[in-house]
Amino acid sequence: MATTAIETPATPKEKVRDWTKPAAMAIPKEGYFSQQNGRYGPIYPRTPACYGFTIIAKIKPGREETIRAYGTTIENAIGEVPDALATLKLHYLRWVLFDIGKDTYFMYQGIFDTDFDKYTEDAVALFKSLGVNTVFENLEGFPEDWKTNVPAFVKFVREHQCPSFLEYGEYPYVTADQIKKALKLKAAFSQMLDLMQ
Amino acid sequence: MSTVQPSEGIPGVLIESTEAAASLDFDDIQHFLMSRPPARAARYEFLTFASAKGGRAWLTGLIDKVGTAKAVGSNVADARWVTVGFTGNGLRALGLSEESLATFPEEFRQGMGARADILGLTGTNDPGHWVGELASPNLHAIVILFARDVAERERCRQEHEKYVRECEGVELLSALDLEGIPPFDYAHEHFGYRDRLSQPVIEGTGVEPTPGSGPPLKAGEFFLGYPDEEGSPAGMPQPETLSQNGSYVAYLRIEEHVGAFRDFLRQHGETPEQQEWVAAKLMGRWRSGAPLVVTPDQDDPALGADYSRNNDFNYGTMDPHGYGCPLGSHIRRMNPRDTAANMNRRKMIRRGGTYGPPLPEGAPEDGVERGIAAFVGCASLVRQFEFAMNVWANDPNFHELGNERDPIFGTQDGTFDMTIPKRPIRKKITGLTAFTTIRGGAYFFLPGIRALRYLASQ
Repeated sequence: MATTAIETPATPKEKVRDWTKPAAMAIPKEGYFSQQNGRYGPIYPRTPACYGFTIIAKIKPGREETIRAYGTTIENAIGEVPDALATLKLHYLRWVLFDIGKDTYFMYQGIFDTDFDKYTEDAVALFKSLGVNTVFENLEGFPEDWKTNVPAFVKFVREHQCPSFLEYGEYPYVTADQIKKALKLKAAFSQMLDLMQ
Repeated sequence: MSTVQPSEGIPGVLIESTEAAASLDFDDIQHFLMSRPPARAARYEFLTFASAKGGRAWLTGLIDKVGTAKAVGSNVADARWVTVGFTGNGLRALGLSEESLATFPEEFRQGMGARADILGLTGTNDPGHWVGELASPNLHAIVILFARDVAERERCRQEHEKYVRECEGVELLSALDLEGIPPFDYAHEHFGYRDRLSQPVIEGTGVEPTPGSGPPLKAGEFFLGYPDEEGSPAGMPQPETLSQNGSYVAYLRIEEHVGAFRDFLRQHGETPEQQEWVAAKLMGRWRSGAPLVVTPDQDDPALGADYSRNNDFNYGTMDPHGYGCPLGSHIRRMNPRDTAANMNRRKMIRRGGTYGPPLPEGAPEDGVERGIAAFVGCASLVRQFEFAMNVWANDPNFHELGNERDPIFGTQDGTFDMTIPKRPIRKKITGLTAFTTIRGGAYFFLPGIRALRYLASQ
């Protein structure tokens, strides 16, 4: 099936999405087309490149190496429990450190299949259980009581979210689950063909 | 609705002198979310305070009548069954300082009406259509009067009416009378589904969860001032008295369109058996209460009535694809059990009951409003109640269904579907009709007894 119809704040559900046609979407400055609120504020749209966020925040002086070390922490955590981040419905995570003048900034970019507003509390619980938590504590302005104060965590994330103004998808609007199912089917089919020889 | 006697085996509160129980302040917690009194009738009264002085005077005289968890739990003959709650506007109208009010959660201060779009309460469910002035900023308080029977309720009504007249500036905005519907031997609603099958159990109450209901949860999931499943929560209302033993409740007046529901069953089922099957698939349980996961092909009323078995199932291993209980059915949405993360942080205590006359079987729709007036009790409206509405009830893409909402309770406008997984080919019902309409709602804070005294004495 080449099409999926999914309602999002960005586009009415009548609009049918076609994964066979690459698509681009220009996004207004505020990050959404018309304001629709989720529990914690405006909902950002699903684009041809799925849902996602880009959080950019200044790190506390001298914490660069501490933050870099979390790269290994996460790698090990996923090595041990590959589906540890399943709740987040992720495609990709990208963590970047870069300098502007004398300051160092941390960029946390996530591409995922669910409106972040919906599963915010689950994400906080997950970060806590994985020990990802403290990477945020190296950022300036991060609420110290974030573990027990989800609204404060959400406020920080929203204040540091930089919405995209363009997103592109070569195979737009396809979820990670759909991709995994298709690859599984392909593998099973290849195996079947091999067995028939 | 408390139409069921505790003897039937519905979990109630058994206050025991255990160490855990000692940590819960049963003398200070209002009984409402803790235990059901043996009442067959109730009346909800919605009030406004034109003056803070009048409101405080009204509250002062009422506090001794408010039922505590201890009094109602012990079931003494003269137990008081009154419950009192306030909206954010109501706390302000009583004279609570803006500084203190600002320490309450934003969603509570905004009120349900202001957050209707987040909850999915749009179209006919929009606050613009609500009745009883529930969407009005003048809604300040709710008082819930439980009574053993309808005659006793009338006595309570008259007594409270007289009392309100004595309190200057206190006025009744609207009221709703509730009573159980026959047959009276089990809790059910107007569509005929057995109700109250899945309730969280609170650690320290001495109640044993029924099999399948999960372990008891920390009291802080439902009552302020206690540790919750994650520890000690931050950001509690101040001064501290206000955050001890209080809870938030979301009220929903849900009209049930019994005629439309029965028409739908007839339209999609040729025989009575097929109609029962469709009704079961919408709910996820047979109307007897028997879970589809356990008995997918035929009803089993004995199972439905057996609390040792009727909640003992999961989805992940017993019914992953929904061939028994459809992925989008009501119970699978409102409690995804093992198929959602952090379920212990999403549990809610449900209260409420039926209002309006039952529509006799075979009778045409009479246009009389009937339904369920429900309360959802929790410690965080945004994390518990609003999540359930936003993500579970009204998210069209729940479980990647694409274009479905809760078939019983979601906001339906004829454009959503219901998929019933079935072999060899699934059954898809398109353009689902609305069987329910939200006629009103509100967020209330149910303070502990000491907090009530604080509010009354400012």
